Amino acid sequence: MSIPISKTIQDIKPSGIRKFFDIVSEMKDAISLGVGEPDFDTPWHIRDEGIYAFEQGKTFYTSNSGLKDLRIEISNYMKRKQGLIYCPDGEILVTVGGSEAIDIGLRAMINEGDEVIIPQPSYVSYEPCARLAGANPVIIDLKSENEFRLTAEELENAITDKTKVLILPYPNNPTGAIMEKSDLEKIAKVIKEKDIFVMSDEIYSELTYSDTPHVSIASLDGMRDRTLLINGFSKAYAMTGWRLGYACGPKELLAQMTKIHQYCIMCAPTISQYAAVDALKNGDEDVKTMKMSYNQRRRFLLNAFNEMGLECFEPFGAFYVFPCIKEFGMTSEEFATKFLEEEHVAAVPGTAFGRSGEGFLRISYAYSLDTLKVAMERLARFVNKLRSK
Amino acid sequence: MREELLLIIEKNSRIDLKELAVILGVSQEDVLNELQNLEKEGIICGYHTLIDWDKTSVEKINALIEVRVTPQRGQGFDHIAERIYNYPEVKSVYLISGAYDLLVTLEQKSLKEISAFVSDKLSTLESVLSTATHFILKKYKDHGTILEKKHKEDEREIMI
Repeated sequence: MSIPISKTIQDIKPSGIRKFFDIVSEMKDAISLGVGEPDFDTPWHIRDEGIYAFEQGKTFYTSNSGLKDLRIEISNYMKRKQGLIYCPDGEILVTVGGSEAIDIGLRAMINEGDEVIIPQPSYVSYEPCARLAGANPVIIDLKSENEFRLTAEELENAITDKTKVLILPYPNNPTGAIMEKSDLEKIAKVIKEKDIFVMSDEIYSELTYSDTPHVSIASLDGMRDRTLLINGFSKAYAMTGWRLGYACGPKELLAQMTKIHQYCIMCAPTISQYAAVDALKNGDEDVKTMKMSYNQRRRFLLNAFNEMGLECFEPFGAFYVFPCIKEFGMTSEEFATKFLEEEHVAAVPGTAFGRSGEGFLRISYAYSLDTLKVAMERLARFVNKLRSK
Repeated sequence: MREELLLIIEKNSRIDLKELAVILGVSQEDVLNELQNLEKEGIICGYHTLIDWDKTSVEKINALIEVRVTPQRGQGFDHIAERIYNYPEVKSVYLISGAYDLLVTLEQKSLKEISAFVSDKLSTLESVLSTATHFILKKYKDHGTILEKKHKEDEREIMI
């Protein structure tokens, strides 16, 4: 008997460097700089709300689109942060992490053969999700000289008459790049002219370190109804394991997404939803405190790179830095492997996030300063060793 | 930078100038000036070390004493507070809202010494109306630090 396997899924490669990172757990003194989630525990008051929800027996399904109270809080949050008005009934859908929203958003928008534009380096799930939805992904290779921001020209060159959606992944994982209002305005202009749609993944929106807070493309003139905005609780509130995100957008699209969500998920975890209400109501101070720590670490790393003469543009978002290792004449993967073998520090090769990540490393600063200090000592030693050869 | 600087050194007063400058994104000179100003203004009042004496062989007994007093004309509680805080064995004195007026914490080598302080010194002060002494049996958390911190491995997976 042959095991039935879909051709589409078979053609999608698993995340190739999994094996590489299994080594990390076997090395005793290994330091990982590889994770993509906060090192902070979920703030206690949020966990406490979760516990209370358990005690109250809030263990049933919620409505498909999510707890009404949560949708109201999300609506308030969007108004407060971005001046965006989304109706809690019909324009907001609570999902299992931002990742579900990416998947069902694409599935709700794509017809077989549509093109989805994906700027890379970026989060690894966009391309496979687009393929699973039947789309042809069109990759834009972002450039380090633009600090990995998307330019209007790059976008225009990628658009064809089959283009349906642009995925806009800012603040960006893995580069830490952000798009400021002036950058977004140029993109918005092209979007409107070419009449395409945007899926804006803003999961790191709370974690920006420039003078002005994150701006959503949806908040720009005429963009609200051309944007599916995705956000969640994982990064801002250190709630990755709670699996909770959401999508906001025009109700016609949300209605279709809700159908997929309804048939394959039912609803996001109930306990998490109760806790998330508290996160949005009372979590601003926690976000501020965590962000302050991230920013200190970010400055520490940039200074360390500077001292060892490693090229790195200043990233203003997320909790990643993306130093350039081209001077050593190795591929990202070779560099990362050697670094792990010789210095027992794991950093993710930039190529894990797309071919344009070649020559770069993703270093996460979701680690304590003490850990980062040791890691940077090892990196400095490693870099010196390579240079003296 | 002021608030951020204070938040950092409140938790780690041993951090060196260079590192402070790096993580705050300012020059070492700026940090030094700011620290000096904060000291001058009496905002930074001291640099202490948090010690869990229970883990040493040194005997120390801590007590919290609730004190009810008659405030004095023209001086409120300040005068009586001063009378109390001048005793070196008194670790802290707070003016409290509610059922009593001053909360005094005391550190001594033995129960006997504490009771002697309360009965001989504190209670005999003219404006002290009554006291209630509570002995601390175990410290779980002090100055925002959990003393018996359970070691937690980093269980996060590398997910990309």
